[in-house]
Amino acid sequence: MLFYGFWRTIPISLEQGLAYALVALGIVISFRILAFPDLTVDGSFALGGAVVSRLIMEGVPPIYGILMAIICGFIAGCCTGLLNTRLKINSLLAGILMMTILYSVNLRIMGRSNIQLLTVNTLLTPLENLDVNRFIPIIAFFFVLTFIVKFLTDMFFQTQIGFAMRATGDNEQMIRTLGVNTDNMTVLGLGMSNAFVAFSGALVAQDQGFSDIGMGIGMIVAGLAAIIIGETLIGKTTVSRMTLAAIVGSIIYKFIIAIGLRLGLAPTDLKMATGGMVILALGFPALKKGKEAKLHLRGV
Amino acid sequence: MIKAKGLKKTFNKGTIDEKVAIDGIDLHVSKGNFVTVIGSNGAGKTTLLNLISGTVEPDAGEIFLDGSRVTHLPEHKRAKYLGRIFQNPLTGTAASMTIEENLAMADLRGQPRGLRWGVTKARRDFYREKLKMLELGLEDRLKESVSMLSGGQRQSLTLLMATLSLPKLLLLDEHTAALDPKTAQRVMDLTDKIVRENNLTTIMVTHNMHQAIRYGNSMIMLHEGRIIFDSEGDSKRALTVEEVVRRFGADLKDETLLS
Repeated sequence: MLFYGFWRTIPISLEQGLAYALVALGIVISFRILAFPDLTVDGSFALGGAVVSRLIMEGVPPIYGILMAIICGFIAGCCTGLLNTRLKINSLLAGILMMTILYSVNLRIMGRSNIQLLTVNTLLTPLENLDVNRFIPIIAFFFVLTFIVKFLTDMFFQTQIGFAMRATGDNEQMIRTLGVNTDNMTVLGLGMSNAFVAFSGALVAQDQGFSDIGMGIGMIVAGLAAIIIGETLIGKTTVSRMTLAAIVGSIIYKFIIAIGLRLGLAPTDLKMATGGMVILALGFPALKKGKEAKLHLRGV
Repeated sequence: MIKAKGLKKTFNKGTIDEKVAIDGIDLHVSKGNFVTVIGSNGAGKTTLLNLISGTVEPDAGEIFLDGSRVTHLPEHKRAKYLGRIFQNPLTGTAASMTIEENLAMADLRGQPRGLRWGVTKARRDFYREKLKMLELGLEDRLKESVSMLSGGQRQSLTLLMATLSLPKLLLLDEHTAALDPKTAQRVMDLTDKIVRENNLTTIMVTHNMHQAIRYGNSMIMLHEGRIIFDSEGDSKRALTVEEVVRRFGADLKDETLLS
């Protein structure tokens, strides 16, 4: 019975894991590549959902709604970057400020605290109407989409600008002496990161059939959990490994959550459980003397 | 090549920790010259390099690089003129990136960066050729992460990166001080070779009197933010540690200078 239950959770974990994978991918860019602890994520995820839902309700084709969500996420990330680089506000605080501001912005965009999308056509509606098990086309679609984004990201980080961005997170002083404006790299990177997160928010809203002002709460912690799980299995020696780890980690994270729920974990305790998971993963090395913390970050 | 006039820099001005680092320095290094800068701790050696590279801004004075005024130009905009190597071997390279990626970034010093591939096949062959010169076998490890290299290997790679695009001015900030004596000597010989072969204008800050006297074609000595002695050409060549100690012994409290 229990075993049967585990198998039942696989399709839903795949679907959700892939839908949320771009959050983890975005966090890879901010936390891992730029070494910037960006907390904008909670706000920009809901921003993506808010923008796409409002635009769909206004009769805009879903694809344009998604594009707009991505652009809005990019701008939100850039704002955090500008707060940090131009106004010299601490990186953590800059993210928290944007996250808080976005709460009001998202309410303005939606006009209320949630929008139902079940009765309107979304990007996923044609897939849901196919004459097969709903999971198959949805998972296939998310899978292809996520891996296209992954490969484009990997390619970007092999370009001249991509190198400069990686070096900004690795050794800011060094790449600055080579003539790179590291402030611009931070702003651009955070823009990209939050564009991915908002993209995911837009997909998730359509997948679950609504967007909600609170849908982004805890997203940063969940994303970190996904990255840590993925990196444990896949490693982080190259960019393509890091991005793959984000996707795989996201799926496994959703799988663990689904199993937890099946075993009787109360949905209300989910965020606490996730937080505990991250604390364990980050804190464990510190308990062993002489080991450094797992997360190397700038500006904190 | 580089001209500095009346440079002054005081840190923590108006506080109890006020420290005059540079107290009126005039400096002129013409093209192809190799100047060594010696001085005890706190003499202002590193601050002088920081002023030239733009890491800190002077309180007074002007700096000209290659004829243009750069006094207040931000660091990243001076990059096309300057190559710089620091004491700590970890500061010159991006550890998480590969050897060829590091070289490719140095290859684009001061140039706009776009969405073209970071490493191209033609440049990879060029890097391999350059790495052979280091005689460390790094030419076969292009795709290995720099974090795998030893301090000496990293500093050698940094040296190659700093000189790859032939900067107008090379700044060496005690770049062998953190290495073991044997490796330090290797890196220093390599530095001298690269500087000579490419006729690079160079300023080398050092803590080591022997090094300051042996290398370069002129030497200046800093003390409390001022140049108290300079020597070039034939007189520099004839200079000995004993002579310098005899003349400036009282100012050279720092034992490490003579080690």
